[in-house]
Amino acid sequence: MIIVITVLLTVVLIGAAVVVFTRRPARQAVTLGSYGVLLSVLFVAVQAPDVALSQLAVGTAVVPLMVMLAVRKISALRRSGREDR
Amino acid sequence: MSRRVRMILLVVGLLGAVTVLAVGVSGLPAFGGHHHPYRDLAVAASLRHATANVVSAVNFDQRALDTFGEETILVASVAGVAALLRPVRRERRRRRPDVPVMDSTRLLTAVFFPVTLLIGIDVMAHGAITPGGGFQGGVVLATGIHLLYVGGRYRLLERMRPLPLFEITEAAGLVIFIAIGAAGLAVAGHVFTNILPQGQLGRLISSGTVVLLSGAVGMAVVSSVVILLAGFLDQALALEEVPDTDQDSDGAEEAAR
Amino acid sequence: MTAVLGYYPYAVAGAIVLLGLVGIAISRDLVHAVVCLSVCQSGTYVFLLAVGFQYGGVAPIFGSTVHRGTPVVDPVVQALSLTDIVVSAAVTSMLLALVIQIAKRRGTVDPDELRSLKG
Repeated sequence: MIIVITVLLTVVLIGAAVVVFTRRPARQAVTLGSYGVLLSVLFVAVQAPDVALSQLAVGTAVVPLMVMLAVRKISALRRSGREDR
Repeated sequence: MSRRVRMILLVVGLLGAVTVLAVGVSGLPAFGGHHHPYRDLAVAASLRHATANVVSAVNFDQRALDTFGEETILVASVAGVAALLRPVRRERRRRRPDVPVMDSTRLLTAVFFPVTLLIGIDVMAHGAITPGGGFQGGVVLATGIHLLYVGGRYRLLERMRPLPLFEITEAAGLVIFIAIGAAGLAVAGHVFTNILPQGQLGRLISSGTVVLLSGAVGMAVVSSVVILLAGFLDQALALEEVPDTDQDSDGAEEAAR
Repeated sequence: MTAVLGYYPYAVAGAIVLLGLVGIAISRDLVHAVVCLSVCQSGTYVFLLAVGFQYGGVAPIFGSTVHRGTPVVDPVVQALSLTDIVVSAAVTSMLLALVIQIAKRRGTVDPDELRSLKG
């Protein structure tokens, strides 16, 4: 168990670095989703099924969807702003 | 402050933060130790009220007042988002044709849509005896409803998701939570006291008010997430800016006219 | 070796929080900054759960397999984390709605271009 938790912690740290250093927000939504899944697996390994359920539904489905929709709206606004000029 | 100065400041701040964290963490007991006084107290209190899921007992029985505060944060931020993302005068609805989606995606979402709804209701109802509860069941339900959007059926999603109904449900969830707390105050003298009969450990009807509070929070969470996503979906898919003939730089000026 | 391993989860949690902060400081796009804030918050969940863990403990759900005497992990930190996850999603959505409003009014979401307080 100690090895599993240590490996998962390292993977989560690498995942966090990948999310932070992905520059384009459209790509970041995808990496955020996979980071959420990694976190859920870590939470299951630390014997926290409630937290894992919550993280899975929220961090993998809801937040990346909102980020994608915000990115789409912002690029549509930028496009219409450029056309009007 | 130029970018270079900011970066130097960031490095200095990070070094300071790392030092403080290291000093603080070295005083903690090592990972995986046996000394958890809060755990012993929480488990004993939860078993006294015949609640099998100790985390639900902590959320809805022992720390119910804090959960009430968190639910209020949720409702307030949804009100803020709804105000920020409401369609303004410069935007109009557009008729979008349904986006073509792969047949396999449609089949999967058609199969998983009722399954996810049932799982969400199950997780919410069994909050006191299995991992789950109001928060988890609520988000699973809300995500299940939006499988329709993934399957490309945005019109059906809009029809199945009457927003006034969800606004009422969100307010109802908060009010029911407060009502149960006030009932505890009226009957036993402290807010959120567990006044209902607790039953036997592990049965569906057990743990008293935990199940009811969990259901109220579930109602509020489902409605909150649906309203949040509805605001963003509306903005990204259904609304578009009306191109003006004389372009103002600030939309507020035009709205004020 | 085991002494260092005893503090490794806390170090990882602190590193995730600091990574999130670095991401916010070097970001050139406000949506990227909001996502880095979300990563920063996830570091605190890892920290809380690491504080509550016990070797040999199981999940704190009593039933047919877990009896009263079985050692369980700390449920209080789990309760704190799980409500925090849902609430942080709502706060993230509020920040994203603010970013959309900024894009509507100023036409850009680059923090370096948004420096002056205008209109």
